[in-house]
Parts: sequence; structure tokens; C-alpha cells
Amino acid sequence: MNEFLNWVSQPWPWYIAGPMIGLTVPILLIIGNRSFGISSSLRHVCAVCVPAKIPFFQYNWKEEIWNLMFVTGVFLGGVVAALFLSNPETIVIAESTQRDLRALGLTDFNSLLPAEIFSWEHLLTLKGFFFMVVGGFLVGFGTRYAGGCTSGHAIMGISNLQWPSVVATVFFMIGGLVMTHLLLPFIMTWVGF
Amino acid sequence: MLIKEIDQREIEKNNGSKDKVKQGESGLALLKYLFVGLFFGIIFVKAEIISWFRIQEMFRFQSFYMYGVIGSAILVGMLSIQIIKRFSIKTINGEPIQIKDKKFNKGQIYGGFIFGLGWAVTGACPGPLFAQIGTGFTVVFVSLVSAVAGTWVYGRFAASLPK
Repeated sequence: MNEFLNWVSQPWPWYIAGPMIGLTVPILLIIGNRSFGISSSLRHVCAVCVPAKIPFFQYNWKEEIWNLMFVTGVFLGGVVAALFLSNPETIVIAESTQRDLRALGLTDFNSLLPAEIFSWEHLLTLKGFFFMVVGGFLVGFGTRYAGGCTSGHAIMGISNLQWPSVVATVFFMIGGLVMTHLLLPFIMTWVGF
Repeated sequence: MLIKEIDQREIEKNNGSKDKVKQGESGLALLKYLFVGLFFGIIFVKAEIISWFRIQEMFRFQSFYMYGVIGSAILVGMLSIQIIKRFSIKTINGEPIQIKDKKFNKGQIYGGFIFGLGWAVTGACPGPLFAQIGTGFTVVFVSLVSAVAGTWVYGRFAASLPK
């Protein structure tokens, strides 16, 4: 048992993690005819909590509770992994990425997220506002406008050979590349790195 | 364009399962999704997909890791759907499996681009946001609330955005 726990506590390689994520697609189809997707949950939260008579949020969200259960599970998965299966070593990041990020002003590479950005004490600074509030807003606005995120389009959509999902995925990448290479260097200086 | 029309299209696109018979799935039956989510969340953390740094590696083309994860996930998903279709596999309740087609609209371009910008900032797509909070980065709850706000603002102005 201990050996097993030691083994699962290591970071998993991509060829284990990727196929396991892919298996979520048939599992959801078979257990309930559900198409894999996560960003819709954000819409359901709006429909449940603040529909405000907006047509986009007028639909039978009770049919979609499964999706909210699913994301609750994802949250709990994070809890379980952190409590029982956490990796004792620090995360290994590519040398070149560390060098690039150091040049932008980051210094702490020890946890899954840079603690110098994602912590409560930085929330009310310009840095925290940009990375958490603005970033989150772009994710929520963009995924709904695109009709899906990495799971709904890149994994579910492309798996089902849907070309609109290929278009969406290509633009996810373009957006990410533009932010990483063109905008972040300026923004990071501007927010105080 | 009529709001109703856009809304209908969105519903079709997002909730591929809309008009299928799935009444009565409540309470305990819904718990199974919680368990699948749990399994999924654990993979997210263990594969370090929820790491902001992994996403930076990906957008800087400095590691194959995320491409390997997403690529192999798509491959397995694709094979699974082909097998389901070829053998007309049914759900555990005996329903035929149905997957709605995605319809193209310009939202996939504009929205996709906007999401991409955000993905590189938060280092997370919507799924990892939930898992990040679970692992103890409680401040990410603020990003999640902001993402819900972004979704709401999209919904509010959906009718007047180019599609």
C-alpha cells in the first residue's frame, strides 16, 4: 500500500495523464449521454444565481446539474490530491522557461502556481488584479463566446471530428501566444515586476 | 440578429444533450458525475496540468509535456467515440449515445482568442481553476468568480456581439 502511495505521489507522465483525461469522454457518454465540457458550468452558475431575465440564461438548468456536480468533483479531486497524494518534490520546470520568467521578474518556482502572484496578500495590488481578476474575466468571457474551452472544444470537439472546434483551438493557441510573447513582457513591468 | 436565435444556437452548441430523454436523473444518480469529476481533478493535479508554469512552458514551446497530454487525450477520445459509433454502444440506461455537432460561428475566433489571452494569464482553463482552489490556492476563487462574471457579461451582451 505504501509503495502504491509512493508511486501515485510522483508526478504522472503525460502518456498516463493524457489518455486518462481522454477516457473521461466515453465515461461521461456511457454513464449519462453527457458531452464532456467544463466552461458551461460557469453559465449554469449564472443561470442559477443571477439570470436577471437575460435570454442567454433562460433555460432549464436543472437538466445541467450534472455539470455542476462534475466541477464540484474536480474541486474535491484537487483537495484529495493535495492532502493524500501530494508530491514531496518541487515542480520541475524547463530551464529555458525558468530563465525567461526570471527575466520577467519571477523568482519563486517552488509550487504549482507562482506564490508571488497568486496569494491573498497580492490580490489587492495591480499585479493581483491583473492576474486574477482580469485573467479570470477573459477566461469566462472568452470560453462562453467561443462556446467551449479546452475540454469542450479541444478534447471533446476534436475527438468528435468537429472542424469548428479545431478553429476554436487554433485561436486559443493564438491568444495564448500573443499574451505570452507580446503582451506579458509589458504588462508585467507595468504591474510592478 | 434575434436574441432568441443566438440563444437557441448556443444552447444547441453547449448542451449537446438538451433534448434527450434524461428525466429523473437526480439525487444519487448525479453522484456518479461527482466521482468522475473527482477522478478527473486528481489527474489534473497529479499531472501538474493545473500549474501556471506548465502553461507557460507550453506557450513558449519549451516542453512537450502539455502537447503530449492534450494530444494523447484527443487520441483516446477520438478512438473511444469511433468505437462507440461503430458498435452503436448504448448508455448504461440503454439510450443510444448522441453527440451534437458543433456549428461554426465567429465566436470561435473572437472568443477563442480572448480565452487564449486569459489562459496565458491565469495559467488555467476553467477545469484547472476548480482544481487549483481544491489544492489550497484559495485566492483562485477570486479568478473563478471573475470568470463567472465574464460569462455573465458575455450573456448580457451576446445579442450585440459579432457572431
